[in-house]
Amino acid sequence: MIAFLIKRAANAAFVMLAVALLAFLIFRFFGDPVEMMVNEQATQSDRAELRERLGLNDSFVTQYTRFVGNAVQGDFGMSYRNQQDVMVLIKERFPATFELVLVATILSLIIGIPLGVITAVHRESKLANLLQLGSIVGVSLPSFVVGIMLILAFSVSLGWLPAFGRGDTVQIGWWSTGLLTPSGRRALVLPAISLSTFQITLVMRLVRAEMLETLRADYIKFARARGIPTDRVQWRHALRNCLMPVITLTGMQIGNLIAFALVTETVFQWPGMGLLFIQAVTFVDIPVMAAYLMLVSFIFVALNTLVDITYAWVDPRLRDDAARAGGANG
Amino acid sequence: MLLALIALSALFAPLITPQNPYDLAALELWNSEIPPIWNADGQWPYLLGTDTQGRDILSAILYGSRISLIIGFASVLLALSVGLTLGLIAGYVGGWVDNVIMRIGDVLLSMPFILIAILITAMATASLPSGLKDVLAAPILIFAIAVPSWVQYARTVRASAMVEAKKEYVQAARLIRVKAWRIMLHHILPNCLTPIMVAATLNFGLAILSEATLSFLGVGMPPDQPSLGTLIRIGNQYLFSGLWWIVVFPSIQLCLIVLSVNMIGDWLRDALNPKLR
Repeated sequence: MIAFLIKRAANAAFVMLAVALLAFLIFRFFGDPVEMMVNEQATQSDRAELRERLGLNDSFVTQYTRFVGNAVQGDFGMSYRNQQDVMVLIKERFPATFELVLVATILSLIIGIPLGVITAVHRESKLANLLQLGSIVGVSLPSFVVGIMLILAFSVSLGWLPAFGRGDTVQIGWWSTGLLTPSGRRALVLPAISLSTFQITLVMRLVRAEMLETLRADYIKFARARGIPTDRVQWRHALRNCLMPVITLTGMQIGNLIAFALVTETVFQWPGMGLLFIQAVTFVDIPVMAAYLMLVSFIFVALNTLVDITYAWVDPRLRDDAARAGGANG
Repeated sequence: MLLALIALSALFAPLITPQNPYDLAALELWNSEIPPIWNADGQWPYLLGTDTQGRDILSAILYGSRISLIIGFASVLLALSVGLTLGLIAGYVGGWVDNVIMRIGDVLLSMPFILIAILITAMATASLPSGLKDVLAAPILIFAIAVPSWVQYARTVRASAMVEAKKEYVQAARLIRVKAWRIMLHHILPNCLTPIMVAATLNFGLAILSEATLSFLGVGMPPDQPSLGTLIRIGNQYLFSGLWWIVVFPSIQLCLIVLSVNMIGDWLRDALNPKLR
């Protein structure tokens, strides 16, 4: 088990180093940091001095090592655009994105799981067919289109819910939350729905597939034979055995949701990290872009590794040889 | 069926649309902001109304679909050819070549798809002079969407190439000195085409979606040669002024295209899956 842990951790570390290299390359070769930072009047010697001070004259390897070292400590330098510490900017924006992703994830589970069970249990019914068709539609709907349509319906036509912003927020330490105020909660509704649409269909399809598999198992037939009510067998005995893959999927998708939140955030002008990133892209604010890339990849890789480790912990067969497991899976 | 209809109408867009949306001279400002034809203020020939510059929405949609479909198709083709080549080489040759290729793939998969695409387009546009930017927008997008998606094909092909390479007929072919590329192309590749075809169809839908998303975010096609995503982005600005038709119709078209592609993909998967037959 320990060998497996080390192997997975090393793998994750390698991937993160590669992502860091990519971020560093972007940082180093797109736009000259000195030109971005000095003002118009700076003399040649000012520039040379700044260059020396930033360590841009050092060797490539030294610079890369320093970049990784700083990144580990959460230091990504200054934003070119507003001369603020990048980490401070991201820290400010992180709660908004986190709350959005969290609510969207919860939504996808409480809607997706029951729908998946229903389509699996009443396989031939009209409702199930309709839901199944709905799930294909759900996968095909771009999230920004969903967002725009929601705004059009609930904000522009009906005027029920706000179309942009986060509403009032409450500050708890450095964390700002919109969940505690009525306007904050109202503002969260539409973005959360539009972000979770895709996820709902994903959860639903997975639950359906798993349920169909499980319902065929002997212990389900046995439970029925014992006279346990069908509903109870389906919703408790069968569903419980389908939840592991759902948890895995949810865990792995959180990274994707954070990345996709940038689309939702653009539609709803939600002041999260994604919006910060898109603005950084428009202004070629490279430190912010590099920091965002590193952070999202880190969350992504960390979650994947965690899921792998949990799996190995639950299922010892996956522990012994990664190569064999990989070969067996496909 | 629907997809064929959409593709045909997009293909013959110049023949059936009332105006050329790129031709600025054809735009008349007094024809701007006309609602769709069934509305009391609707005007012939603007079936779906016009935008704030007097551009016919229907024409813009058909031209936009053409751009979206072309970019989607080209990026799948590019990803497919790169993925198949690298996957075959990795699986057949093995050793460190395999290691390097698959590690690059791992790194690409460890970042969200959309993030890679945005970064590539952003970097490309940042480093190009502004004159070239608009001309190269489509190729950049194709490239940006293809980069994160070749890995999937490569993995599939690699897995079956590794299995096939050990089989006797490949060993025999090697013995009689059939060239390596010939073995790969004629003996190994046909064995893994089925899953690849399904993946490619589903990815076609994904590619169109990605292109639309990028354009919507403002890092894709420029407004003077709009794809569906760009049209939606433009329409989004008028969301609150009651000009709903500018944004709604391109959105519907986009959904229809992706939906029909996904349905074909689903159907293909079921039809080609021997377990379900």
